Amino acid sequence: MSHKITLLYDRIRVEEKELINAAEKRGVHLKAVDAKALHVVASDLQADKELFGDVILERCISFFRGLYLTAVLESKGITVINNFETANICGNKLLTTLALAKAGVPTPKTVIAFTPEEAEKALEELGYPAVIKPVFGSWGRLVAPLRDREMAQYILEHRAEMGSPLHQIYYIQEMVERPPRDIRTIVVGDELVAAIYRYAPPNEWRTNIARGGKAEPCPVTPELEELVLKAAKAVGGGVLGVDVLESPRGLLVNEVNSTVEFRGAMSASKIDIPGKIVDYALEKARR
Amino acid sequence: MKFTCPECGAEIEAEDVIEGEILTCPDCGVELEVVLEGDSYSLKPAEKEAEDWGE
Repeated sequence: MSHKITLLYDRIRVEEKELINAAEKRGVHLKAVDAKALHVVASDLQADKELFGDVILERCISFFRGLYLTAVLESKGITVINNFETANICGNKLLTTLALAKAGVPTPKTVIAFTPEEAEKALEELGYPAVIKPVFGSWGRLVAPLRDREMAQYILEHRAEMGSPLHQIYYIQEMVERPPRDIRTIVVGDELVAAIYRYAPPNEWRTNIARGGKAEPCPVTPELEELVLKAAKAVGGGVLGVDVLESPRGLLVNEVNSTVEFRGAMSASKIDIPGKIVDYALEKARR
Repeated sequence: MKFTCPECGAEIEAEDVIEGEILTCPDCGVELEVVLEGDSYSLKPAEKEAEDWGE
């Protein structure tokens, strides 16, 4: 009996539980499959298709695990939310910046360098304060404000010591002047379904909910909606978290997240976010 | 439902758990993943946070 939706997970979080409940409420057969407990033939695109449903909600907390499973399953003709292109772009801050730039979506000024020496020059041109971020990363991990040249040199020195070649990619942005909050919006298909302010916790500059950020309702203006939908489209669309900064020169898209966490958004929005996601998956399964 | 922490032996109480869910031991704080074999639930140490985790 082929089931409709597969929820691909490696860790059941609040979000996955809510998605399972939303499917149950709709009487939709959803099968949760642990990505840590499966292996799939990649060289034969017809093999192992029966392990999966008509559409897959890819919810792995490990980015690369989710990304490569998406590549394999999409190559077998199975619809995956989000698709490989979107997941690949959103998981890589540089690719996200390029996709947004191509679509003319305003973002913080961003410079890329590949050695600490060039990163230092980039910072001189960009000016302080600035921000350094790893190209792969989330929850604000390894994101640091570079308030002045001296601090920047220490952080660049630490980065140079970090083994992985990925850390030798210096992704540097202007520090955007903003209130102590950002805006997290949830996009499902071509609809902005929820928006929240995320306030940074005491003596913290980052606003991630995973770091203790507080969610508050955020009104959706036409300007915010247009910008966010444009950004979602630019990265390939699907179920996304588009993060926006309120800067002196208007709204800027900071980043776009693929396997979006929406517990914060659920706590400060009346919209049934998991329900919207399941409906979107059903719609995709019919096409 | 009652479990014993495989790390420190403490008792862990949890309602309507599902496979793959993460419980935190109230005593030693270790993260534990719910395992379902047949119809019996047990706990094993959860994966540690990796560099590519998150949204």
